[in-house]
Amino acid sequence: MAASMRLLVRRAIRLTHRNINVTTAGASGQTGCCCFSDAAGDRSTHFGFETVPETEKAKRVYKVFENVAQKYDVMNDAMSLGVHRLWKDMLLHVMHPQPGVRLLDVAGGTGDIAFRFLEYVRSQQERQRRRATRSMQTPSWQDISDNYSNENGEESKESRAVVCDINKEMLKVGKQKADSMGMGTGLSWVVGDAEELPFDDNQFDIYSIAFGIRNVTHIEQALQEALRVLKPGGRFMCLEFSKVTNPVLARLYDAYSFQMIPVLGEVIAGDWKSYQYLVESIRKFPDQEEFKGMIEDAGFYCVQYYNLTGGVVALHSGFKL
Amino acid sequence: MTTICACALTSKMWLYVGKALGRLNRRHCGLISKGCLRQLHNNELTDSCYDGMYPGHIHTTPIQKALLAVGSGVAALQNPYRHDMVAVLGETTGHLALMNLRDRMRNDPEGYTVLTERPRIRLSTLDLNRMASLPDGSFGREYLRFLEDNHVTPDSRADVKFVDHEELAYVMQRYREVHDLLHTLLGMPTNMLGEVAVKWFEAAQTGLPMCALGAVLGPLRLSSSRLQSLFTSLGPWALQNGRRSRCILSIFYERRWEQNLEDLRQELNIEPPPPVILGETNKRTVKEE
Repeated sequence: MAASMRLLVRRAIRLTHRNINVTTAGASGQTGCCCFSDAAGDRSTHFGFETVPETEKAKRVYKVFENVAQKYDVMNDAMSLGVHRLWKDMLLHVMHPQPGVRLLDVAGGTGDIAFRFLEYVRSQQERQRRRATRSMQTPSWQDISDNYSNENGEESKESRAVVCDINKEMLKVGKQKADSMGMGTGLSWVVGDAEELPFDDNQFDIYSIAFGIRNVTHIEQALQEALRVLKPGGRFMCLEFSKVTNPVLARLYDAYSFQMIPVLGEVIAGDWKSYQYLVESIRKFPDQEEFKGMIEDAGFYCVQYYNLTGGVVALHSGFKL
Repeated sequence: MTTICACALTSKMWLYVGKALGRLNRRHCGLISKGCLRQLHNNELTDSCYDGMYPGHIHTTPIQKALLAVGSGVAALQNPYRHDMVAVLGETTGHLALMNLRDRMRNDPEGYTVLTERPRIRLSTLDLNRMASLPDGSFGREYLRFLEDNHVTPDSRADVKFVDHEELAYVMQRYREVHDLLHTLLGMPTNMLGEVAVKWFEAAQTGLPMCALGAVLGPLRLSSSRLQSLFTSLGPWALQNGRRSRCILSIFYERRWEQNLEDLRQELNIEPPPPVILGETNKRTVKEE
């Protein structure tokens, strides 16, 4: 009986390894050298499990997000059963921004990270103010007049968030959300390509990209651009789907991704293919360690990652020094 | 001895489950568009290349089909204007009925011609000017009048996506495209009562579960006077004629535009509609209400 159990376990592990190898071989084969030139000289890359020319990928990704923009938030809630909110909250918690920092949220489309950033910073400001008033329960006239002059100066500590996205539809949805939430101040919406950001060097304190970097054709270029626009001491933070470490959870996650998510896409958004692309692109993205290596190669220091939900999502962070 | 047998059984069961899950995942992990690879050099956009048995075909596992059927059913009930959900429900639940329809078409000589020649009813394939010049009372003229009065177009039908057999997908597509022609044949407008009457006819004719569902749930949205006319005269007429008429998918409509509508009805064994005040257009029905 023990022998048959061992055989069963070994066979199960072999099956899972085969699955992981298929996907990682594909992933490393594609991202390690994203090009195998054919007769025409075009370089090709992956679009989900398809192979497409590199010039084609950006266009197709644009189309996918143009189609899903209206139902993006609804679909996120349906697919992750609301857990994506916790992941984004965790990103902000690790980021721990203080009042006065400038955030660049790339591929920020519908603005989830930017809104959370502004709320966090404002609650931090409230906290600081309360702490200050608590420590000054019986102020003298001199202190009160000092406070008045400080309040005028606090305008300069206003935090600003810039949401940059290559897709105009997603930005449109984000702007509508901002208007309906009354979060106009402190936000800018910019159309831009992560591989070629329309900003000068050394502009931002924090660069964040949540669930966007796997759609970029040249990830290394995006990382280079991140390094460029960050101030020295600035932080790079990336939230992205990654490899699940636990094999049982991995099989369940795969089954859920491939069986359930395109169905949800068809029923809620009327678009099967876009959501098929989404789950395939997750499998094609490098795993935690490999991505950490890519961030280090780009020139960031103190790179580390946190696994969320057993590795379904990984939060990578690095500093420009 | 029995414990060893039990263990062997459970281990075999887990192996099977594991293999099934693995096969499911691998099938999806291994999907690479054959059409797209061929066209890599030509740099064409995806619309022209497809993987699957026909353009627009999406592979689905039985689990996905079941989930789609349930999901689309719920979505269609919540929002009846989501025609794509009604279409998906029809595709995922209609396999047996489609096979039945296809066999009936094969056994009919004209139906067999339809199956081999695969005509499509679209604005690009219809010669509207020629149809407008046909005499009143002819099938083509009445069809055109129906399109104009009800502000519909034959191009509004969704493509078939989830039927895993090329010929059955064509049968489904043909069913969708013939729906408007059926309105003309039965003399039913596109208001709710007319649609329900046509659904009853189609349910009796084709046996598609989606038609049956529409036939059962459609009347829930009718006013009591219309319900009465449905149950007393319109409904029984639709059901009777659905059962006794010739298979409506087997007719090569594209070659019968000049035929007189009454002659066509007689040939198909359809009685003329009972005299019920239906309202010819949606505008008139709104005024009636």
